[in-house]
Amino acid sequence: MALTIASREVDGVTVLDLSGRITLGEGSVQLRDAIRDLIAKGQKNILLNLGEVNYIDSSGLGELVSAYTTAKNQGAAVKLLSLTKKVQDLLQLTKLYTVFDIYDDEAKGIGSYK
Amino acid sequence: MSATSKGRQSFRLDSTMDSVAEVEAAAEKLATEAGLDEDGCFHVTIAVREAAINAAMHGNKLDPAKKIDVSLENTGDALVFVIADEGEGLDPDSLPDPLAPDNLLRGSGRGIFLIRSFMDEVNFRQLHPGTEMTLVKHLPPGAL
Repeated sequence: MALTIASREVDGVTVLDLSGRITLGEGSVQLRDAIRDLIAKGQKNILLNLGEVNYIDSSGLGELVSAYTTAKNQGAAVKLLSLTKKVQDLLQLTKLYTVFDIYDDEAKGIGSYK
Repeated sequence: MSATSKGRQSFRLDSTMDSVAEVEAAAEKLATEAGLDEDGCFHVTIAVREAAINAAMHGNKLDPAKKIDVSLENTGDALVFVIADEGEGLDPDSLPDPLAPDNLLRGSGRGIFLIRSFMDEVNFRQLHPGTEMTLVKHLPPGAL
């Protein structure tokens, strides 16, 4: 299943609800474009809801890292919400769990930007 | 193009992302039919996908003139995947460690690491030209 991205605003935070796969050719570019658009519009607080993402390949992992570094370099912050077990396992295996701020609870994730 | 004999499937495919998807689907089917659990199927599927991407994209650079050769087999003891490209060759020992602090924020370089993490055996063979990668996943006792 290709990636779908829905955007919503909550207390000054843009939450991107992602669903599907973040893989080479099936979501990596979409995610990159979505992050770049938000940052270009001046949005500093971006929370990626990965609750409906069950498959990320090495390209998708790279895209998450690029989103993190791109945001950080622009004074913005990309954080992660609601990891599925598979995605959590991948982030732990690759030590990316230590890079990102990760939340299970959306309210806490939103509140972390204050 | 594909052929099946005694449970072994062989494919000779164009260097495209459609081919990657085809190989990935075949690997997932083989893992599922072998009775691997959900995590096991996921690990096999993503490892084979990464190997196919490596062959088509990094090895053959999506060159229409170059093919990837793939075989999949359930030997009864293991699932064995052999994926070969016609590229310039890959030295697996030259790859940077993606877990090193200096590499952690790199946007690429995790494919071979994932393959090695998720499979029980990974072997490389230089074909001159090209690289052949053999991925083995041992089956638990009682698997189909």
